[in-house]
Amino acid sequence: MKTFNYHSAKDVKEASKLASSSSAFLAGGMTTIPSMKLGLATYKNIIDIKGIKKLSGIKVSGKAVTIGATTKHAEVANSKEIKKAIPSLAALAEGIGDPQVRNRGTIGGSIANNDPAADYPSACIALNAVIHTNSRKIDAEKFFKGMFETVLKSGEIIEAIEFQVPQKSNYQKFPNPASRYAIVGVYVAKHKNGINVAVTGAKSCVYNDKDLAKTLSSNFSAASINNVRVSSSGMNSDIHASAEYRANMVKVFAKKAVEAC
Amino acid sequence: MKKIDVEINGKRISKEIPDHTLLSDFLRNILNLTGTHIGCDTSQCGACVVHVNGRSIKSCTAFATDLNGSKITTIEGLAKNGKMHPMQEAFKKMHGLQCGFCTPGMVMSAIDLLKNKKNPSDKEIRDWLEGNICRCTGYQNIVAAVKEAASKM
Amino acid sequence: MASLVGSRVERKEDKRFLTGKGRYTSDINIANQTYAVFIRSPHARAKIKKIDTSKALKASGVVDILTGEHIAKDKIGGLIAGWAIRSEDGSEMKCPPNPPLAKDNANFVGDPVAVVFAETLDEAKTAAELVKVDYKVLKAVSNLADTMNSEAIHEGIDKNLCYDWLLGDRQKVKEAFDKADKIIKLDIINNRLIPNAMEPRACVVDYNTASEEITCYTTSQNPHLSRLIMSAFGGVAPENKLRVVAPDVGGGFGSKINLYNEEIVCSWASKKIERPIKWVAERTESFLTDTHGRDHITHAELAVTNDGKFLGFKNETIANLGAYARVFGTVTPTYLFGPCATGVYVMPAAYSNVKAVYTNTAPVDAYRGAGRPEATYTIERIVDKAATELGMDPIEIRMKNFPTEFPFKQTLVHQVDSGDYAAGLNKAKEMADYDGFAARKKASESKGKLRGIGVTTYFEACGIAPSPVVMMLGCGVGLWESAEVRFNPTGQVTVYTGSHSHGQSHQTTFAQITADELGVPIENIDIVHGDTDKGTFGMGTYGSRSLTVGGIAIVNACKKIITKGKKIAAKMLEASEEDVEFKNGEFVVAKSNKKKTIGEVAFASYLPGVRDEVKSPLPEGEEPGLVESSFFDPANFSFPAGSHICEVEIDPETGDVKLDKYTAVDDFGTIVNPLIVEGQVHGGLAQGIGQALHENAQYDESGQLITASYMDYTMPRADNFPEFNIGFTCTKATTNPLGVKGCGEAGTIAATPTVMNAVINALGGEEISLPATAEKVWKACKSAKKTDAKAA
Repeated sequence: MKTFNYHSAKDVKEASKLASSSSAFLAGGMTTIPSMKLGLATYKNIIDIKGIKKLSGIKVSGKAVTIGATTKHAEVANSKEIKKAIPSLAALAEGIGDPQVRNRGTIGGSIANNDPAADYPSACIALNAVIHTNSRKIDAEKFFKGMFETVLKSGEIIEAIEFQVPQKSNYQKFPNPASRYAIVGVYVAKHKNGINVAVTGAKSCVYNDKDLAKTLSSNFSAASINNVRVSSSGMNSDIHASAEYRANMVKVFAKKAVEAC
Repeated sequence: MKKIDVEINGKRISKEIPDHTLLSDFLRNILNLTGTHIGCDTSQCGACVVHVNGRSIKSCTAFATDLNGSKITTIEGLAKNGKMHPMQEAFKKMHGLQCGFCTPGMVMSAIDLLKNKKNPSDKEIRDWLEGNICRCTGYQNIVAAVKEAASKM
Repeated sequence: MASLVGSRVERKEDKRFLTGKGRYTSDINIANQTYAVFIRSPHARAKIKKIDTSKALKASGVVDILTGEHIAKDKIGGLIAGWAIRSEDGSEMKCPPNPPLAKDNANFVGDPVAVVFAETLDEAKTAAELVKVDYKVLKAVSNLADTMNSEAIHEGIDKNLCYDWLLGDRQKVKEAFDKADKIIKLDIINNRLIPNAMEPRACVVDYNTASEEITCYTTSQNPHLSRLIMSAFGGVAPENKLRVVAPDVGGGFGSKINLYNEEIVCSWASKKIERPIKWVAERTESFLTDTHGRDHITHAELAVTNDGKFLGFKNETIANLGAYARVFGTVTPTYLFGPCATGVYVMPAAYSNVKAVYTNTAPVDAYRGAGRPEATYTIERIVDKAATELGMDPIEIRMKNFPTEFPFKQTLVHQVDSGDYAAGLNKAKEMADYDGFAARKKASESKGKLRGIGVTTYFEACGIAPSPVVMMLGCGVGLWESAEVRFNPTGQVTVYTGSHSHGQSHQTTFAQITADELGVPIENIDIVHGDTDKGTFGMGTYGSRSLTVGGIAIVNACKKIITKGKKIAAKMLEASEEDVEFKNGEFVVAKSNKKKTIGEVAFASYLPGVRDEVKSPLPEGEEPGLVESSFFDPANFSFPAGSHICEVEIDPETGDVKLDKYTAVDDFGTIVNPLIVEGQVHGGLAQGIGQALHENAQYDESGQLITASYMDYTMPRADNFPEFNIGFTCTKATTNPLGVKGCGEAGTIAATPTVMNAVINALGGEEISLPATAEKVWKACKSAKKTDAKAA
C-alpha cells in the first residue's frame, strides 16, 4: 500500500479543515481500506473521525430515530430502542456484511460511499431520512446521485442520519452468492404520508420504485404487486444476475417485504 | 511514522510504525505474531480475525495507528498457563480444523459469537461464520466445535 | 494395548495450529531477505516486444530486476508435463516450452514476465509499476468449444491440440449400440474451478554462498518432486545442493502439486543476487496462476435395453489444458478420467475419446478428484437421464447394472479388488429415508416450492501408484512411497515419510498405525515430513495416496524393525529366534515369562556389548541400531466406492436452491481414524457441492479472468450447507496389509452429480448446466412452467 499521513481528528471542524482532494475520511474503513490495499485508491492524508464523540450514538424520539455517523452496524443491530421503533432497520444492520464488518463498519461510511449494492442507502430512501452534515440537512432523495456518488462536497462530513419512524416496514435482500452484497434489496415502508419502495443492488444507484409504491398505496398487499410490470431497463447485469433476473427479483423481494411488514 | 501504545495479549507494546501499517502486518511482521494469517486481499476470508477491545475484527482491514490505546487479543493470547481456551479445546475434540490456516480467525470469530449468544443454534453459528472461509472442513465440525465450546463455557 | 487403528484419536498436530504456533511458509523470515514482486502479463496472449527496466532499477530499495532474457542466458529450464500421453494414431503428445519467466510470448493473464527484488515489499511493488513491458496484443483463444478452429497459440501445435486420445474399442461400442433399444444422449459442460487452498502460495529462499546450498521453503504437496524437477529440468542446482522444505502447508487440493515459476525463479535468483528472497502470493495472484481444475466439454451416449440394462457407453470430451501442460495436466483428463467414466456398472463395451487443447488461460491440472469427478459426473448424470427416459427409479436402474462379483474387471482398465455397491446403496437409501421423499415433496409443493432427490453411486481409482502401471501409462516417475522408522536409544520413535500432510492429519494417523505395529505409546511417536534433508526421497501427497501407499511403507518398515528386534531379543533372552513372538510392544519367549520390551531392545541395539548391567551382545552379523526403511509400491490402485443421496428444495420465484438433506455412505475399507475420515468426507462434499451450486471460474472473450477474487468467485461458506449425514460400509482392500482405501477425494467425486441429479429431478427432468445458480434455475423453472402450460 502507498504510504499516507494519518490524522486523528479531535472534532468535526478540524476534520473538515484537513480535508482536500487527496484525502479521505476514515470511519470503519470497510471500503476505504480494501480499495487502498488493492491500489484502487490512494490518498495523501487519512483523516480518522472515529475519535469524534459527537458523531456516534443513537437517539430515538417518537417520530424519529437519529443515528450518529460513526455508529457501528452492530450497535444499530443490537439497539433495543431501534428494534422497538424500527425493527426493520435493526434487522437490516444485522444483515450487513459479516460480524467483523458490523463491528467496525459505520452507517455514515456506508452512506457516504453509496455503493450501488449497499443496504443502508435503501433504508434512507424508504424511511424518508434526513442526512445531517456539518453544513446542512439533506433529504435522502436528493442525497444519492449515482454510482458511488453523493451530493457531499469536499470537507463536508455526515454527522447523523435521521430516519422517520414508519407505520410498518421491512427490508428483504437477495445476496450475491460470492460477495454477499445485495443483488437486489427492497425496503418497503408505509408511512402516514405515503409508501416508499426503495431498491438497492438493481441499478447503478438506490432508487424509490414509484410504480410499486403507487400500487401498494392503493392496496397494501403482496398480491397487488403481481400485476406490476418491473422493467429491466437500466438494471445492472453481471455474471451473477442479468438485468431481466434483477427485475424479477425486485418484484419477488418487494412481495416478500410486504408480506413480512 | 506514528507512535502507538497498545496492549497485546496482556502485554503493553509501544512502537513507532509507518502510518499505513495494517494491524495484520503489525502483528505478523513487527511483533512476529504469525498466528494471525492472511488469506485474501478483499477482507473476506477471515483468517486474520483478532479481538480489539473484546470484539472480533479483521486485522487486515484496520490500520494499527488507528487502534492506539486498544486492547488486542490474538490467537497466541488465548491459552492461559499452557491450558488452551475452551474454544481451542473444542476445535481439537471435534476435529474442527484440518490444514489449520483459517483456524485462528475461525476460533477468534467463534469466541465473539459466544459473547453475543451463549447457546447459538446451528443456523446462528453458520450465519455468524459468514466472514470466515474454510476450504478443508466443509464447516460441519467447526459448527460442532462451537456447540461443544458453548456447552463448556 | 488396545489397537489405535479404528479409534477417534484427537489430532497431535492441533495444538500448534490452535495456538498460533503453526509455521507456514509466509511465517518464515530470513535475516537480510529481499522481497520479490512478479510482473505478470495483463494480456491473455501477447508478444513481448521489449521490457524496459531502466527506470525501475533506479527506484528506491531495488536490488535487481530479472526477465526471461536472464533465464535464457543462464539456461534455466522450464516447467514440465509429468505424463506423456499418446494420441489414438500413436503420435506423441505436443507440449510447448514453459519458461519460468516468459521471454517471447505471454500466454495467459498472470504469466510472469519479470521479477523485482527490493529491500521492502512496498519498494518492490512501487518499482514493479515502473517496469515498462511493450506487448503486441494478439487475439486470445479463450473459448474451449472453438479452440481447435482458432489460431495456434504455440508454434508447431496445430489446432492447439496436445493429443487426441482413445481408450476402449470403437467397433465393439458400435456393435453394442446397434443392439440397443434406446440411446441416451447427454451434453455436459464440466465447469472450471479454482482450488483456493486458504493459504496462498509462497516461497522463501536462502542461498549459502559458502556451501553453495539453496534452501527453498515452499507451499508444496511434494517437496522431493519439486526438488527433482527444479534440479533435473530447471538446472537450478544439483539435487544435493538444493533443499526443499514444505513446512506447514495450508491446504493444497492439487493446486500445490506443481512446481511453479516463482519457486524456480526465486531459487535461481537467490544464488544470483546472493540474498534471501521472500515471495508471498496475493489472493488475486493465486486466482490467476494456481492451476485450475475440471473444464471439460463432453458428449456422452449410453446404449440401454428397455428394461434398463446397459449395453455400451461413449464419451467424447474436449479437455482444457490451459496455456501449458503441467505435471498432472495431461493425465487428469485421460487415465484419471477415461477409465472411471463407465462408473460402477457392468458395461459390455465402452470408449473414452479425449482431445486435450491449449487455450490462453491458466494451466489446468489436478484438483481434488482430478478426472474422477468429471467421469462420475458424466456417467451418473446419463444414468439418471436413462432412468427418467425409461420411466425407472434411479436406484432400480443402478442396482440392475452393478457387478455382483469381485474382483470386478471394470470395462476400460481397472481390476477392482473389492466392493459391495448394493450394500452401500441400500444403506444410503435407508439413512436418507428415500421412501419418505414423496411425502416431503408434497409438503414442499404445498409451500409453493419444488423438491428433488438425487442419487449417485460411484467408485474411484486412487492411491495413485503402482509404478509399473503408471509408467506404462506415461508417467515420468514411479509412484511408490518411502518411509523410514527410527528408534532412539531411549525408546521413542521417529517416522520419516515421503508423503506430505497439508491438512490430512499424517502426524496422527501415521502415528496410530506405527503405535499399533510397534506397541509404542502414540505420544512417543513423531512423524516427520516435508523436508528433503530429512528422510529419504518421497513422491508426496495427491490422489488419496498418503495412507494406501505412504502409510503402508511405514507398516512395512515397522515389520522390518520387528524382524531385526526379534533377533536381538532372542540373543538377549538366550532363546532361539523362532521361539520369540512379538506382541503389544514386547518380545516374548514362547511358553515362558521371559520377555523384553521393544524399548529395551532398541536401547540394546545401540549398546552392543557387555558392561555392568548392560548385557546386549548383538547376534552375529547384525549391525547396531534399530532403523529400517521401506519403499512400498502397491500391486494396484485402491478403489473406494459409495452411494450418496441428497434432496434440494427450490424456490421457483427466485431459483434459489436450498440443499436440504445430504446422505453419504462410503466404503473406504479399514478406517484408521473415523474422526479424521469423517472430516475428509465433509470437506470433500463441500467442494463437490461447491461445483454443483456455487463455483464457476469464468474467462471473458479476451481471456481476462473475471472471477479473480472472493467478490466474484463464490466460495462456499458455512451457511451454504446442511448437516451432512455420514455412514460407512466396509469391504477391505486386498492389495495392502491394512485393507485401507483412499478417502480424500471421494466426497468431491460423488457430490456434484448427486446435487445436480436432485436439482434436475426437482425441475422435472429439465437439463441445466453446472453450476445450478439461482438465475439459471429460475429460468429453467420459467421454461418448465411454459412447457406445462402448453401441455395442458
